Amino acid sequence: MIETSPQMSATSLQDRDNGSMLVVRDLKKRIGAQEILCGVDLNVAHGETLAIIGRSGGGKSVLLKHLVGLMQPDAGEIWIEGQNITRLNERQLGAIRQKIGILFQGAALFDSMTVAENIAFPLREAGEREPKVLREKVREILDVVELEGQEEKMPVSLSGGMKKRVGLARSIIRRPKCVLYDEPTSGLDPVVSDSINRLIRRLQERFGMTSIVVTHDMKSAFDVADHIAYLHEGQIYFYGTPIQLQQTSDPILQDFLLGRSAEERGSKVES
Amino acid sequence: MIARLFNALGAPLLRLFQYLGELVLLAADTFRSIFTHKLRWKLFLNQIVEIGLLSQLVVVTTGAFTGAVFSAQTFFQFNKIGMGSATGAVVSVAICRELGPVLTALMVAGRVGAAMSAEIGTMKVTEQIDALRALAVYPIDYLVVPRALAMMVSMPLLVAECIAVGIAAGYFIAISLLEINGTYYMANMVRWTRNRDIIMGLSKAFCFGILIVFISCQKGLSAREGAVGVGRATTEAVVNASLAVLICNFFLTMLLNIIYPAGYQ
Repeated sequence: MIETSPQMSATSLQDRDNGSMLVVRDLKKRIGAQEILCGVDLNVAHGETLAIIGRSGGGKSVLLKHLVGLMQPDAGEIWIEGQNITRLNERQLGAIRQKIGILFQGAALFDSMTVAENIAFPLREAGEREPKVLREKVREILDVVELEGQEEKMPVSLSGGMKKRVGLARSIIRRPKCVLYDEPTSGLDPVVSDSINRLIRRLQERFGMTSIVVTHDMKSAFDVADHIAYLHEGQIYFYGTPIQLQQTSDPILQDFLLGRSAEERGSKVES
Repeated sequence: MIARLFNALGAPLLRLFQYLGELVLLAADTFRSIFTHKLRWKLFLNQIVEIGLLSQLVVVTTGAFTGAVFSAQTFFQFNKIGMGSATGAVVSVAICRELGPVLTALMVAGRVGAAMSAEIGTMKVTEQIDALRALAVYPIDYLVVPRALAMMVSMPLLVAECIAVGIAAGYFIAISLLEINGTYYMANMVRWTRNRDIIMGLSKAFCFGILIVFISCQKGLSAREGAVGVGRATTEAVVNASLAVLICNFFLTMLLNIIYPAGYQ
């Protein structure tokens, strides 16, 4: 059985620092009295899909927001393509954020704009004003996310899955090098979840984008990821391939994979 | 006892200073952005419509009924000592220097300040502001600058409108209901109302506009905890903006009276 321990994973991460898309070093964050991240180390290679899994409230979304500078760490460093972003101010982060797209958990569509206006927003902000060009690019990206003909709808009239697709279209229209997904399948039925997973895979294959998927949906993680990192008590407890994770005998990981609470494990041992 | 007093006042005072500091930083960031970054004209014109055009009814109604009632009350008192025809002068000067700017600001704080705070607050709690930041758009440039500029342009115009309507309503009531001689009313009004009274009112309008926009935007940008948080931010924005207008009005009156002294000089 192949299993990657936290110590082993830290060593292997260090070996892969050079030429990485994203490197996280000893990241710490405290919110109020609670320590959310207690020294996270992570390394994501160009073109790789990494799934970050962990229990609800375990700090996965907080970690993701740090990766694009939406939150500032108390300690530690985040490097994106060789540039340390932890010292940058909000305006300096603008250039970094053009390399990274993010799909928020609730899609975060601008509710005063139509689908087309939402998707065209990053292009307009980048200076593109030609309506024909904008229309064409919006149509093209809507084809990619399989939402043809929905341009004039308002976000309020979209289903959860459609909102996520529009959010994804908006985040990739400028072809970022890396896309961060915050719980892309949460609140969706299994069929729509599967289509979102396929979409993530397709984007990675078609555009070569690096993807970081935060999820507690194990099917989603196994479907899309090249590597999986398990965030436990504010640290990366496990880092390895999906096969390594499936073959693990670690009780904490087993509990998470099987969806088993501590009480259930205790009662099984007693019996 | 003094130590206990400081202990009791310490936390609220610290919160007050922190809040004032956040307001000053927001204002500084906004003015820096106004002078160093390109204006989004479409958003600015939308806000002109929202703040200026759509506030017309509220401002005109406020001005008209304030002018009318003030004219009547002044006449009731002045007529007892045979100075009924001085009503026009009192109404005009009072509306220009105090009533016009203060009442317009209070109405705008209620209508526009609440809307700004609620809109920005909703964007904050639904991660739309994070989405703006993630798309490399600085929220101050996109949300605060167009609102601040639109407020700076709209408020003096709204106050001018309120003053004009208030004076006209006062004149109408004086002539038609109180039977004051129109010629004397007008002559006294023109004689005692100076350009500096109007300039003082418009200067106050500009300052009140700045207060309202920064207080409302700051409350929206710091909203948290879902719908309850947005509701709280909106209420606090209106209350704080109204109090700030009333408190600053006193200090502005004292300061501006040095530059533009009241009375016939």
